[in-house]
Amino acid sequence: MSRQMGDSHRRFLQTMMANGIIDEQGAKALHQHCCETHNTQCAPDRLDDFIDTINLKLQPMFMQIRKGMSEDNGHQYYALVNMVENDVTRMSSDYADNELELFKKTMDLIVGSEDGKASSTDILNSTDSMTTKKLKKSEIEHLLNRLVQDKWLSEKRGEYTLSTRCIIEMEPYIRAMYQDQVKVCHICHTVAFQCQICENPTCGIKIHNPCVARYFKGRTEPRCPACEDFWPHEIPEVRRPRSQSRR
Amino acid sequence: MANRKRLSNTQSSSQARKHPGSSMTQEDDDDVTFTQPSTSQVQRGLEKVTEAQVEQKTAEVVQYFLVKEQKKVPVRRADLVKHVLKEHRNIYPEILKRAARTLDQVFGLKLVEIDPKNHLYILINNLEPSDGASPINCPADPKRGLLFVILSVIFMKGGVVRENVIWNLLKKLRVDPGEKHEDFGDVKKVVTDEFVRQRYLEFVRIPHTEPVEHELRWGQRAEKEVSKTKILDVMGELHERDPQSWSQQYREAHSSQNSTQQPGSSSQR
Repeated sequence: MSRQMGDSHRRFLQTMMANGIIDEQGAKALHQHCCETHNTQCAPDRLDDFIDTINLKLQPMFMQIRKGMSEDNGHQYYALVNMVENDVTRMSSDYADNELELFKKTMDLIVGSEDGKASSTDILNSTDSMTTKKLKKSEIEHLLNRLVQDKWLSEKRGEYTLSTRCIIEMEPYIRAMYQDQVKVCHICHTVAFQCQICENPTCGIKIHNPCVARYFKGRTEPRCPACEDFWPHEIPEVRRPRSQSRR
Repeated sequence: MANRKRLSNTQSSSQARKHPGSSMTQEDDDDVTFTQPSTSQVQRGLEKVTEAQVEQKTAEVVQYFLVKEQKKVPVRRADLVKHVLKEHRNIYPEILKRAARTLDQVFGLKLVEIDPKNHLYILINNLEPSDGASPINCPADPKRGLLFVILSVIFMKGGVVRENVIWNLLKKLRVDPGEKHEDFGDVKKVVTDEFVRQRYLEFVRIPHTEPVEHELRWGQRAEKEVSKTKILDVMGELHERDPQSWSQQYREAHSSQNSTQQPGSSSQR
């Protein structure tokens, strides 16, 4: 059910283009703002339909506004992504070949890690095996900052993770590149990097940290949804979005 | 059989000359020479490609414009032809027409040729800035304010000012060009390099000055994007004067009105 594209849609799209990714609350507020600015009727629960209208027009350009979950806080985000599956082409206009190689190496480390993180030391060490022009230490630090600024990576305490935007955009690429290696969340079925793993060697399912929080909320004895073994990991708290107040 | 004319490059920057009716060169050197194909050539060209191919190329052209626009770098027609259109350069006008339509209808962006001689294009926003503040903070905003101040001064002072006028003004506004600023960083670089590259300003050397001095003017993008009427309105409010009281600037603002007119759509603004 998609309507004609109007100025409210265009304004929404322009904001998405300027920001790359916004959280669900921001998207709802933006939807309202765009509709109000252009005197269009706005039904708050119609955000997804609104976005569908835009997406229909974006499809010929291989662009989409896609929704995804942050592994950090479990909240939903909307990101404007390129749909080209086969490479990190989206980034190639902004980064040099050797910078892209370093990014891919960082991704290798993150995918292969248990906790979905790569330390700056590990990233630095990975440059020993670079095939393109090697980067100096200071260049690497500068590059990592840029990648964080451009919202491809997130950084916390010297450790790097794939940003929410990166995951939403590159999920098809990641699935194709890392086929057997990549972890998938048993609950929400999207790729998982920061997750918990069932300790049962015959089971080994993975669940995103926020998905764990939601799934096991309030249960006194958490059990693996697949093999029913005791779930030994610490169950995190569900993180509420900022302005939502719940008792 | 069409005449094959060899066109030569006059300068290092490629300049395409319009020769309606003549054929195109197939040179593939670094400086691409491109002639606008005639309508009949375009027609013939369109017969040889599928609709899907045309749509594909249109999509690529749109993407190309959007990427360049993100950095506010103008698009050169020669680059567009060389990097995107390639073997489909003969249907260039049709593809550009469709791309412009898509940019307008989907993104609310208008394709504007700011340099008819060198065929440079930029995208300007068809949507008026919204009255209420957007709930989402756009990262580039602080520089827009800085730019608006500078453009206003230049406009009010007749269209050109010596650089010192701007530096002194900024100092008074606690934006010291000599120091690193919290929001703008190297202010001088933003003004003389970034804004110039984006075609918002022109920073031109004044001949026979020692030490070297420059003057600042509006750039081609500013001429298209920024409303002089709006500047006068803001000045009017600031100084509590009727904008018409600046008669010269008022005339100027309303004579160049067509180029800055933003065709909003159904909204009353």
